[in-house]
Amino acid sequence: MRSYIPAYEMEAPRDLSDALKRMAAEPGVWKPFAGGTDLMVLLEAGKLSHRRFLSIWKLPELRGIEATSEYVTFGALTTYSEMRRSAILARQFPLLCRAASETGSVATQNRGTLGGNIANASPAADSPPALLVYNAELELVSASSSRWVPYHGFWTGYKQTGLRAGELIRSIRLPSMAAGWKHYYRKVGTRRAQAISKICFAAAARIDAGRLVDVRIALGSVAPTVLRVLETENALRGERLTPANLSAAQNVLAQEIAPIDDMRSTARYRRRIAQNLLAEFCEMLAA
Amino acid sequence: MPDARTPAPGTPEPGAARKSRKIRVRCEVNGRAVTLEGYPMARLLDVLREQAGLTGTKEGCGEGECGACSIELDGALVNSCLVPALQAEGAKIRTIEGVAGPDSPCGDAVGSERLHAVQQAFLTYGGAQCGICTPGMILAAVNLLERYPEPSEAQIREGLSGNLCRCTGYTKVFDSVVAACRLTPPNAEPLR
Repeated sequence: MRSYIPAYEMEAPRDLSDALKRMAAEPGVWKPFAGGTDLMVLLEAGKLSHRRFLSIWKLPELRGIEATSEYVTFGALTTYSEMRRSAILARQFPLLCRAASETGSVATQNRGTLGGNIANASPAADSPPALLVYNAELELVSASSSRWVPYHGFWTGYKQTGLRAGELIRSIRLPSMAAGWKHYYRKVGTRRAQAISKICFAAAARIDAGRLVDVRIALGSVAPTVLRVLETENALRGERLTPANLSAAQNVLAQEIAPIDDMRSTARYRRRIAQNLLAEFCEMLAA
Repeated sequence: MPDARTPAPGTPEPGAARKSRKIRVRCEVNGRAVTLEGYPMARLLDVLREQAGLTGTKEGCGEGECGACSIELDGALVNSCLVPALQAEGAKIRTIEGVAGPDSPCGDAVGSERLHAVQQAFLTYGGAQCGICTPGMILAAVNLLERYPEPSEAQIREGLSGNLCRCTGYTKVFDSVVAACRLTPPNAEPLR
């Protein structure tokens, strides 16, 4: 049932500093509100727990994509549409472009933001596996502090994050990728367009003289949080792409993920598909 | 907080819950400056329908899945059920009522206006049936053609993927958009 709209407050801070001051003055009371693609759905369902929101959508300090030799840095309000249009992302971080293009519809991509996707912390979100593969870091700011933290481990449980009261995500940065990485992304949903994933698999690897010298793999919808499967990576790192090595890594993967039965799929199906996608990733590497 | 107890999330308690104040939202709708009034988190969909009288924008799912409430907000296609009224401040909005215009390069005359090529094609090729999804479909198609005047088949399919229709089976909708591309000369002035 739809929430009682007059009970919800929203204000538009003048700038980022104004927003942070308000969040500091009443810790935990004001929740940042960006494009609304998650929060308005909760409002409609009568499940929006916060009552007061700061509309940060128009804050220029949270926008823009900048590239240096070390990092590509995005404002937290970078939308999926903006990610899709970014040439530097397509070149260096193609998984993020793929994730953006497979998230919702055009209308959702125009309003949904990378920062919102991270803060919402859904294990079924499409961009987090790509962010994990690229060793993303988050800039968290409050009225009195600013810190960079690794995205890996930023979540603390199902839809829970390490954001402190008064903090918001200002930007996300990805360390530049050396040449020679191969990238793989596959989202499996009920239909191709606009489905929430049953499973999402992002990976990248470098091969030298027939061996996997480096590999990073992350999955969505297979655990209460998005998951970087370090043990599976270890099983593959330094190895040749043989059927026996793949099979061993598939066994590790099946143990490392913790999928459940829910409205979108079953644990059994997700475990099998995760293994199949690992095989498809390795086939792509071998090709 | 004036009230001691905190109501459960989303529970309608008009008496007990703290009430926000209505705000004035100044924006441009279909080329006209308007001032709308509503609670800050009222859905732009409702404000447009109830305050501006623009009932062409439809509600389907109310959760951003179906695209029936598609509008253009500062040139971008959005689901108006997911936009809080406060965020429309200063925005340029186009609804289905603003798609036909006196300058449309083709299309039947309706009063002092001519149908947009997409509207004309939906009529000619049977892209509309019950009509609930149609305004959103047309906005999505118009927006697509503004971004890609000569879209590929894949671009058309993707451009419409956020708009659900339970009548047509999509084939005629798709055919209509393909036909609209032919009706829209590639070098024509951008459609308003």
